[in-house]
Amino acid sequence: MMKTWQAVKRLLPMMSVFALILAGCGREDLSVLRPQGPVAESSLGLIKLSITIMIVVLLIVFAIAAFVMIRFRRKPNQTEIPEQVEGSFKLEILWTVIPLILVVVLAIPTVKQVFAAGNDHSNDKNAVKVKVTGHQYWWEFEYGDYGVITAQDLVIPTGKDIAFELITKDVLHSFWVPSLSGKIDTNPAGTINRFSFSAPKEGVYRGKCAELCGPSHGFMEFKVKAVSNEEFEKWIESRKAPAVLPEDPALAKTFKDQCLQCHAVGDQGIANAPDLTGIGSREAIAGILINDDTREDGAPVEENLKTWLHDPQSVKPGNLMPNPKDLGLSDAEIDGIAEYLANYKLD
Amino acid sequence: MAHAHTLNSSKPLGHGSSVKRHTGLMDWITTVDHKKIAILYLWAGGLFFGIGGLEAILIRIQLIKPMNDFLDAQTFNELITMHGTTMIFLGVMPVIFALMNAVIPLQIGARDVAFPFLNALGFWTFLFGGILLNLSWIMGGAPDAGWTSYAPLSTSTYSTTHGVDFYTIGLQIAGLGTLIGGINFLATIITMRAPGMSFMRMPMFAWTTFITSAIILFAFPAITVGLVLLTFDRILGANFFEVGGGGSPVLWQHIFWIFGHPEVYILILPAFGIISEVIPTFSRKRLFGYSSMVFATILIAFLGFMVWAHHMFTTGLGPVANALFSVSTMLIAVPTGIKIFNWLFTMWGGQVRFTTPNLFAAGFIPTFTMGGVTGVMLASAPADFQFHDTYFVVAHFHYVIVGGLVLGLFAGLHYWWPKMFGRMLSESLGKWTFWTFILGFHMTFFVQHFLGLMGMQRRVFTYLPNQQFDLLNLVSTIGAFLMGVGMIIFLINIYLTSRRPADASNDPWEDGRTLEWTIPSPPPEYNFKQTPLVRGIDAFWKEKTAGHTAMTPAEPVGSIHMPSATAIPFVMSVGIFIAGLGFMFSRDEFGNAFMSFLFNNYIVTALGLLITFGAMLIRSLYDDHGWHIEPEELEGR
Repeated sequence: MMKTWQAVKRLLPMMSVFALILAGCGREDLSVLRPQGPVAESSLGLIKLSITIMIVVLLIVFAIAAFVMIRFRRKPNQTEIPEQVEGSFKLEILWTVIPLILVVVLAIPTVKQVFAAGNDHSNDKNAVKVKVTGHQYWWEFEYGDYGVITAQDLVIPTGKDIAFELITKDVLHSFWVPSLSGKIDTNPAGTINRFSFSAPKEGVYRGKCAELCGPSHGFMEFKVKAVSNEEFEKWIESRKAPAVLPEDPALAKTFKDQCLQCHAVGDQGIANAPDLTGIGSREAIAGILINDDTREDGAPVEENLKTWLHDPQSVKPGNLMPNPKDLGLSDAEIDGIAEYLANYKLD
Repeated sequence: MAHAHTLNSSKPLGHGSSVKRHTGLMDWITTVDHKKIAILYLWAGGLFFGIGGLEAILIRIQLIKPMNDFLDAQTFNELITMHGTTMIFLGVMPVIFALMNAVIPLQIGARDVAFPFLNALGFWTFLFGGILLNLSWIMGGAPDAGWTSYAPLSTSTYSTTHGVDFYTIGLQIAGLGTLIGGINFLATIITMRAPGMSFMRMPMFAWTTFITSAIILFAFPAITVGLVLLTFDRILGANFFEVGGGGSPVLWQHIFWIFGHPEVYILILPAFGIISEVIPTFSRKRLFGYSSMVFATILIAFLGFMVWAHHMFTTGLGPVANALFSVSTMLIAVPTGIKIFNWLFTMWGGQVRFTTPNLFAAGFIPTFTMGGVTGVMLASAPADFQFHDTYFVVAHFHYVIVGGLVLGLFAGLHYWWPKMFGRMLSESLGKWTFWTFILGFHMTFFVQHFLGLMGMQRRVFTYLPNQQFDLLNLVSTIGAFLMGVGMIIFLINIYLTSRRPADASNDPWEDGRTLEWTIPSPPPEYNFKQTPLVRGIDAFWKEKTAGHTAMTPAEPVGSIHMPSATAIPFVMSVGIFIAGLGFMFSRDEFGNAFMSFLFNNYIVTALGLLITFGAMLIRSLYDDHGWHIEPEELEGR
């Protein structure tokens, strides 16, 4: 079978390139393979166990397949009839029982972890309770115990269990922070989900929506910002401070009359759309325009706000934000609001 | 109806009645011959498969680099929805039905299926359902809620075009055809096996067809009900899944997957059957562990109904359900493993010949095993919390459906092509097809496992740069083009083959083991001049080893009763098509009053139903006894 070997030879360089790429395992703040918290670690533990069992199975199958396909090829002028074997009771028992054992080996830790994951910390006094609400295409986070609502950046204290309650306002979404935990869907009222995870290390982790929710499903990203306990308390306090409005009274009026019809800052406005309090210190605008001019894929926050405000549809197709120009805002007003929001920072 | 009548009966039905023979297009529209219906299924399925393939290529072009703007987000969602729906319901299932139709009656020594009229009806409803679904592209937008059509995204609140209506009504009509086909094959296999062919002497492909048909019988009613409910929600304003009216989106998920998971086995079991035919033939050895293969098939079908909620681990069903469905899903690995090892040990000690069909079968075993093991990994609910709705899942099900089913279909098509068309496909082009397709396949989908683990969720129309997704996506897209090249080579092969003389012998692979290889290629319209007597498993091989060149007949040469050609199935399907289209637009505002009057008062719907039921009435009122092929004509050939 010359062709088989030629193909294998052709494949080898490709395979080695793959191996090199895969050594990377993805970004630390995003990859399932580089867990940053206990929940993701236990998931990865199961993944590793199952992948090990499965690689053993694959190697056995590949080895037998390669052996029979090479060893038992029909030779030229081979005419005698091979023995017609009906089967083998012993062999068949063997390859029924061994897979069954492998399944049991995988099933026991699976069941254990399934029930461990059911422990959602919703009655744990030490846990920080967060209500997550999915919207097309943004995330709302409500800290009930603190009376704080924010959007897109989920700020959590390190080391504490975060008890989530998840719900959607429109279609189904799925809340996923790969490096911290597996995902869970946000369902409408009546089928509210609860789960929890924690982040031992400070850092910013990427979160995504994992359930098709419309055109901008792929852009429904958010960030989890794990900070120290003191910083978290400080953030909560500064988050509760009275709203800061644009200094220019005309701009402040426009902002109140237009933007605050859906958005909120501090104690003003309504929270139908993402809360804007301290948006200047968030990790990203609209979840995807990254506020970091030191990175090639980032830009200064003011520039990102301008990009967003001048044409929201081109950034996130299908989103519900009206184009500010259609609301009668001039380019100067839009830039003014962008500047104001960019400088609206929390300590 | 297609039973042979013996010479002894004094006045058999239909004797002396003249038969009108159609030619050209009318022949295809009126045929009830399972072999011609097989070819119709093949061309129609092939056409839809091509459309689905083009959609796949467009999807991959869009994902070739981050933040690509080749397609807009809405079009992308329409493409992924139509790619999935088309491939499963209109691409691979009809090709499965093509092979079942072409082969099953021959393998069990029958002259046609049990209900030839229904067989034609099944094809035409599938075709018109498929056309209806694809009309969405030019009639205001394709469905965009994914092939799973999860509510509330699929309800009229969030999907405001007619796209999802085309999905519900198109699939309803096409699904009717599948259900009819399934019932037909159940009846055929139960009642029409040749004398001596007990169930435990049936070829494996006949067994898997039998079990698949049983799954269809139990699984399709679930989707039928689900689609009716969703249609009522969208068109008549019902509240089954409408959250605002107290409906439950989770209910849709249960209904969809209690159909959807068995559907996976509806797809893969026929491929198992094909592989179980091809490997013994080209190993010149009987199938290893035949009875355990039968047992494993039945067990897979049974367990297949017990695992649907593993698609819903992240829905939040609670730990008890998640644990139960994890374990039941893992159990399916056991019967599947039995099959894999039985195939390997069929080759063990044999004389394996790598013809094109066997190359595909040999490629199937490792590829499908890879899809199977990732399936077991997905079965573990806490791990699935990470895998779910990522590219890992996309990789998994493409390994099962493309690496399993499509490779199996390629094996079957190359294997039975001479029986269907009387011409052998070119072996060298076939091998080119195999290598380009399978290399392209692994390139496309192997890397997607890692994309998923690295955090890329599925169904995203594009992705941000700098997430280490770029290179793997590029590799994946290049692989998709390579698969496309493989498909083109296959089409070239078909074209070139069709220009060659039809000179395939009865048993062109020389080592045929089953009854279809005892009759000419392609078979005459009555298949068997005399019904063969089956004396064991692998009936033809048994005769060959006894030194015979043909089967022992189970009856003398006699006149053969044939069903009449009829256009009624076609007309009935046209009626359903019109009714469906009319119903879909019954709430629309039209520019002119006449159109509004026609649609808004359900007049178009009523007209369509009138055509369908009128045709049924004609069918019932006018007895058609069929016609006979007399012994003189049989001998004259």
